[in-house]
Amino acid sequence: MAEPILSVRNLQTYFRPDEGIVRAVDGASFDLYPGRTLGIVGESGCGKSVTARSILRIVDRPGKVEGGEIVLRRHDGRLVDIVGLDESGAEMRDIRGGEIGYVFQEPMSSLSAFYTIGNQVMEAIHLHKRVTEKEARDRAIELLHLVGIPRPEQRVDSYSFELSGGLRQRVMIALALAAEPRILIADEPTTALDVTTQAQILELIRKIQEERKLAVVLITHDMGVIAEMADAVSVMYLGKIVESGPVDEIFHAPKHPYTQALLRSIPSVLAEPRSRLATISGSIPHPYARPPGCTFNPRCGNFMPGKCDQAPPPATTLSADHEVRCFLYGEGVAT
Amino acid sequence: MNSGNPVLSVEGLKKYFPIRRGILRRLVGNVKAVDDVSFAIGKGETLSLVGESGCGKTTTSRCILRAVQPTAGAIRFGTEDGRTVDVSGLSRTELRPLRRQMQMIFQDPYSSLNPRMTIADIIGEPLLVNGIGDLNARRRRVAELLDVVQLPLAYMNRFPHAFSGGQRQRIGIARALALNPALIVADEPVSALDVSVQAQIINLLLELQDRIGLSYLFVAHDLSVVKHVSHRVAVMYVGRIVELASTDALFNTPRHPYTEALLSAVPVPDPRKRAKRIVLAGEVADPSRVPSGCAFHPRCRYAVERCKVEVPTLQPVEGGGMVSCHRAKDLSLSGVAAPV
Repeated sequence: MAEPILSVRNLQTYFRPDEGIVRAVDGASFDLYPGRTLGIVGESGCGKSVTARSILRIVDRPGKVEGGEIVLRRHDGRLVDIVGLDESGAEMRDIRGGEIGYVFQEPMSSLSAFYTIGNQVMEAIHLHKRVTEKEARDRAIELLHLVGIPRPEQRVDSYSFELSGGLRQRVMIALALAAEPRILIADEPTTALDVTTQAQILELIRKIQEERKLAVVLITHDMGVIAEMADAVSVMYLGKIVESGPVDEIFHAPKHPYTQALLRSIPSVLAEPRSRLATISGSIPHPYARPPGCTFNPRCGNFMPGKCDQAPPPATTLSADHEVRCFLYGEGVAT
Repeated sequence: MNSGNPVLSVEGLKKYFPIRRGILRRLVGNVKAVDDVSFAIGKGETLSLVGESGCGKTTTSRCILRAVQPTAGAIRFGTEDGRTVDVSGLSRTELRPLRRQMQMIFQDPYSSLNPRMTIADIIGEPLLVNGIGDLNARRRRVAELLDVVQLPLAYMNRFPHAFSGGQRQRIGIARALALNPALIVADEPVSALDVSVQAQIINLLLELQDRIGLSYLFVAHDLSVVKHVSHRVAVMYVGRIVELASTDALFNTPRHPYTEALLSAVPVPDPRKRAKRIVLAGEVADPSRVPSGCAFHPRCRYAVERCKVEVPTLQPVEGGGMVSCHRAKDLSLSGVAAPV
């Protein structure tokens, strides 16, 4: 495969409020490639959104990227470690939006109600490109057209509250693409949308990715969306990537007990009507009360006392790109 | 299931919200949130209402609970003693004894529990309000209910903030069960929960139904969840039911093009089944400006001239379902793939 456009190694993003410490992301590693989609899946509190925000260096206080590296191959070929940059410095501002576009879950709160959507898209263009007002407006209309907004010449002058949820999310995607980034981070881009609108938005992301060879990070709790979109998958639980691999292996040969349990417990339209679901016992622990050892051990069906509750399991490489953190697999093979 | 009188039967239910403009607040139109909806739910049965946001599924459920006053239609409730009462026109006081028999489970387990009340008080409140039992009897009933929803008794004196989303939803269910209702209206009861917890609550709802013969009106947008809980499913589009059928029939052999498109849009958790989707163009129609004829015709890939002018009505189809489509007889639509 080609060289990665972004490499995250052992990322640690911690929150240190007065009450203690929350290891929101605790040693995540992954690579992004042009034209490919990495799906990051997990339940609430697993650190998937903080991972995205760490890459963009927009982690809210009292959170901070405290370790690891995020190496970006810039458009001129230079390698830059984002962790080493000043989060409000010129280079980071250039990368944010310019090289890495992002779409968040809430299109309503991410768009301003005071400016027309055209103004907002034009602002994003002006931030990164030297163009005249007229060029920016034409470019904005073109972008709105690209993301499938009907009658873009008119819609460019509408306000976000005049648009439906699906159209707003399309505007968000237009904003993210305004400066022609090479990476798109989409954090639960379709969670607030109806299923038919979700299908439209996923189709749109796929189409644009193909046209522009974008590297996409798709963050979601929805295994269905992952199965639909991702090439590679990282499964997160309480700040750690417990398993990562090609999408087909994750769904058809999952190795980590959490991945296996998660896949068994999701409702499916293919199931028998009124069939009971397999469940994962218990619930996600409070961030201040993380279990020692493997954090999944109190809910795990394969719990080995004296082992799983002692030290965190190291990563074991199963095949070229399939990795798992679980004591069931080859002890201490990798770090 | 379906033995004897239905627990609930809704006939010709309408809820219009008036649109007023100008200084004189003249009526210029109506938002037809619910427009002529009819269905019945038998004892021990789950009927799900599904559809996109704005289709009227939540308004329908709120009319049944009389949280909003219906514009027209009958809502007949079969009481314990075998009588049938139309609740649509009852006053607050007349409604009160009936309220005990229909309870609600809410979507958001975080905002639906009073943070200043202990779990025992929250679950016991319906008993207190209805003057049932003394303090000791109420505590015994709360203990029983905690057991039913599989929560430890020790939790009784704690406050809601100490609980996770799944545990809170169990508390909400215990509270809904306190008065032994016949019908539970559940509006998106699992959509705010994590996947691993969602499964626990779905199973609990199924178990409770088997055990005490509860009937559910289940309002949801997630068709996968709906498949796991429903006996029958009603699909709504812009205030009307467009198809009503048994769960099996609806998912495997849908008869309405909108049902087909909805099913096709659901992502299937299997990368080997990346199907060619029917991606519906456009948006859900505006209920204040419903398109002429069949409201779905502007988005329907099978629409013909007749669909633009003539409003279809729900017609029975062979096999037991109902569908509201002019072309139902000559279309052969695809459902979800067969189970593997």
